Amino acid sequence: MSEKPILELKNVSSHYGRIQALKSISIKVFPGEIVSIIGANGAGKSTTLMTICNVINASEGDIFYKGERINDVASDILPTMGLCQVPEGRRIFPRLTVLENLDMGAFFRRDSARIKQDIERVFELFPKLKERRKQLGGTLSGGEQQMLAMGRALMSSPKVLLLDEPSMGLAPLLVQQIFDIVKMINEQGVTVVLVEQNANLALQCSQRGYVLETGSVVMEDDADKLLTNPDIRKAYLGE
Amino acid sequence: MEYFLQQLVNGLTLGGVYALIALGYTMVYGIIQLINFAHGEFFAAGGYMGVIFISWLASQGVDPYICMGLGLVLAMLYCALLAMAVEKLAYKPLRNASRLAVLLSALGMSIFLQNGLMLTQGVYDRPYPTELTQGGFHFGLISISYMQIIIVSLTAILLIALNMLVFKTRIGKAMRATAQDKVMSALVGINSNRIISLTFAIGAGLAAAAGIMVGFYYGSVNYSMGFVPGIKAFAAAVLGGIGNITGAMVGGLIIGLVEIFAAGYLSSEYKDVFAFIILIGVLYFKPTGIMGENVDDTRV
Amino acid sequence: MTTQESKSVWIGLGIGLIWFLILLWPLLGIKPEGLEFGRTWYVFIRVAIAALIFVTFYQLKERGSLDSVLTPVSNAGGSIKRLYEATPKWIPILCVLGLALAYPMMTGRYGHDVAISVLIYICLGLGLNVVVGLAGLLDLGYIAFYGVGAYTYALMSLHFGLSFWLCLPVAGLLAAIAGCIIGYPTLRMRGDYLAIVTLGFGEIVRLILNNWMQLTNGPNGIMSIKRPTIYWPDFADGFAFELLKIKKLWALYYVILAIAIFTIISVYRLNFSRIGRAWEAIREDETAAELMGVNTFLLKLLAYAMGATFAGFAGAFFAARMRFVGPESFSFLESAMVLAMVVLGGMGSIPGVILGVIALVALPEAFREFELYRMLVFGGVMTAMMLVRPAGLWPAKRVGRRSEEAE
Repeated sequence: MSEKPILELKNVSSHYGRIQALKSISIKVFPGEIVSIIGANGAGKSTTLMTICNVINASEGDIFYKGERINDVASDILPTMGLCQVPEGRRIFPRLTVLENLDMGAFFRRDSARIKQDIERVFELFPKLKERRKQLGGTLSGGEQQMLAMGRALMSSPKVLLLDEPSMGLAPLLVQQIFDIVKMINEQGVTVVLVEQNANLALQCSQRGYVLETGSVVMEDDADKLLTNPDIRKAYLGE
Repeated sequence: MEYFLQQLVNGLTLGGVYALIALGYTMVYGIIQLINFAHGEFFAAGGYMGVIFISWLASQGVDPYICMGLGLVLAMLYCALLAMAVEKLAYKPLRNASRLAVLLSALGMSIFLQNGLMLTQGVYDRPYPTELTQGGFHFGLISISYMQIIIVSLTAILLIALNMLVFKTRIGKAMRATAQDKVMSALVGINSNRIISLTFAIGAGLAAAAGIMVGFYYGSVNYSMGFVPGIKAFAAAVLGGIGNITGAMVGGLIIGLVEIFAAGYLSSEYKDVFAFIILIGVLYFKPTGIMGENVDDTRV
Repeated sequence: MTTQESKSVWIGLGIGLIWFLILLWPLLGIKPEGLEFGRTWYVFIRVAIAALIFVTFYQLKERGSLDSVLTPVSNAGGSIKRLYEATPKWIPILCVLGLALAYPMMTGRYGHDVAISVLIYICLGLGLNVVVGLAGLLDLGYIAFYGVGAYTYALMSLHFGLSFWLCLPVAGLLAAIAGCIIGYPTLRMRGDYLAIVTLGFGEIVRLILNNWMQLTNGPNGIMSIKRPTIYWPDFADGFAFELLKIKKLWALYYVILAIAIFTIISVYRLNFSRIGRAWEAIREDETAAELMGVNTFLLKLLAYAMGATFAGFAGAFFAARMRFVGPESFSFLESAMVLAMVVLGGMGSIPGVILGVIALVALPEAFREFELYRMLVFGGVMTAMMLVRPAGLWPAKRVGRRSEEAE
């Protein structure tokens, strides 16, 4: 691809206290693609997303979004710039209703008519949510919460969506549904960075992938090449 | 029977005051897990600012009822500004520090503010212009003063307004979202610093209103008036479930009623003890309070 | 520090000062007689100038312009510290002890008075240090134990005529029992709640002291408490012992010095005992300690009880020295002050606590004219210390970091 990356990490390191979680990693994400970051538990996948969003401060290196250096941009500004994360564990607001959760996704937006439209679009995508729109988020099942979390992220009209383990704890049927929706969102123009333990599914719907091991990028390649790579197959695809 | 009803009226009045103060404690704890020791001083400062503004407005010849209304609003605004300043100065820099450090900072602020009030306004009680609110109704042996009616109505209005703000408006939902999951609220674009400032401001404004009501009800205010009501209001917040706004309202009413009834039927010298006993009891038997907590469950 | 950063500091200062003015003026300037600006201006200009000086120094320091002064000073400080750590412990201890013993001969009544206060607060501070600094339990009602000790001696001396020395251990024991009573329900609570509940208990004790007229004489207090007496060798008609009342201030000084030395040694031994290790484990991570087999319940109770005992001793002495006890001496403010001494000096550190007591008890004596502003400054300093140097003036030496301070 000859375009400039929409999201780029250059030699980014970050720490948990004195433990170094990310060791000078470099990642490029081009507009319109789905990129997976796979790796074992504790490899630093979630840390990467949290560092991009400045929940954890990068101690070294630069993070670029749309060409701008965002290391010092506060986390709550990023959604207004089109960069949105659905963190690990769904993290919907448990004592707000489904509707209120979605509303919070659009908190920074001022165009109330468009917001109403977007809520309807989310309900079309996830009819279950429409049924339960007055229910408190904490009373939903795991799958419904995942849908809610994604719907909430969509409410911010993101350009780049960071998804952290969307399949975690979900039944296989639901997981397939979620990934279909991810593909659909991507077709509508949203760039997706997918962090997943389920490497198989993740690589199957991505164009490219990065493999993270104890905080370093050990491999970067096209997704289909990774799927057929014997080392990857042994380590992550259950051969 | 009449005695019981009279105490009921008195208890509801006092309960309303405690509820207003308790809301400040509960909202702040819900959002940053801090017991704002200085909150009692916002209550006291409000009481002082009330009489300061009202007396000055009255001396300018403004209609007495407009004086009280305007004085109330100005005092609430003042305490809101005060609370935001305290938060920015003494709590915000310690957001990632140990719990002990923030607690001690709050303690220091409480002592600082109390003495600030003493140095600027004097050691003696400052009387309130109670000529404006004398009198009341009598139903046989039960008397309900105009002041009690004003307090109960004003409390009800403020509580309803707060309820609407927190449950019906966007910014209120943002406040609740921030209290439930601070990291996630930032990730959806909510500026938690602003929300926290707002929470402090609202809590202090309500405490200020309570201070003015107490000023009119008991006839005067004093620089040290924040300490004991502060602890009782905190007990009310815990009783209702810390972080839970409805809980704080209910808790306040309960504590007020218990105090008045205990003073009336059991012992009036030890009336302050009952709130503490309730606090210790709740924390021992049901720490989450009668209506459940509302704090950030993601922080362990 | 870049120019942009320093600019934002100045802007912050400006906004802060304006905000301060807005908060200050209504308190000083709005009077029914009219609006005045004189007093407000008086206070404001002083605060503004002080703030400006502070910020200027801060900027210069950050920019490095003050290094010519600061680096030699910090180097000197470093070498003093290394020197101190190199000398065997008994040398400074012996020096301090010698000074303490010789002190009454070097000063007059006023000096004795201040020194006695300092020593009482050292006992209190070290006792609270056991609870807060070693075991990590935030106790805001500590002064109640002081009151229990004081009233115990007062009442026992009044009703049973028992001597001070006999009542001293009783006072400690009753205070320890009070500690167990207060400790029992609070052991389940988490940090912030513990603070408020102990505060509540402290207030309850004060209320009881104030209202239980039959026992404590209420707000009037108990008067004419007997001084300690001691058998002193009398060489008048051959060798015999005479019962002497300790009346002189310097003599009382030696009594409290003895109690203080006992407290210091006890706390030191506790700190470096297995119990002390267990307390530290509880303080750092209670769940982990429990899982390692530490009986957290009993040990926390023990911490309360031991801390209370020292307060009990100090209280008994206080009653004997003042010859009068009343409920006002045992208010929350006193608890807060003792806590401040422990925290400001350095939690868990014996020299730190002593330093904290001297700073907060002896130093204000030097500034007697500003007595009115004492508490204001005290509150401000407490907050400021948390912002700037939460470990205290003389922090305890520790291995690793507190679990809460990580991240």
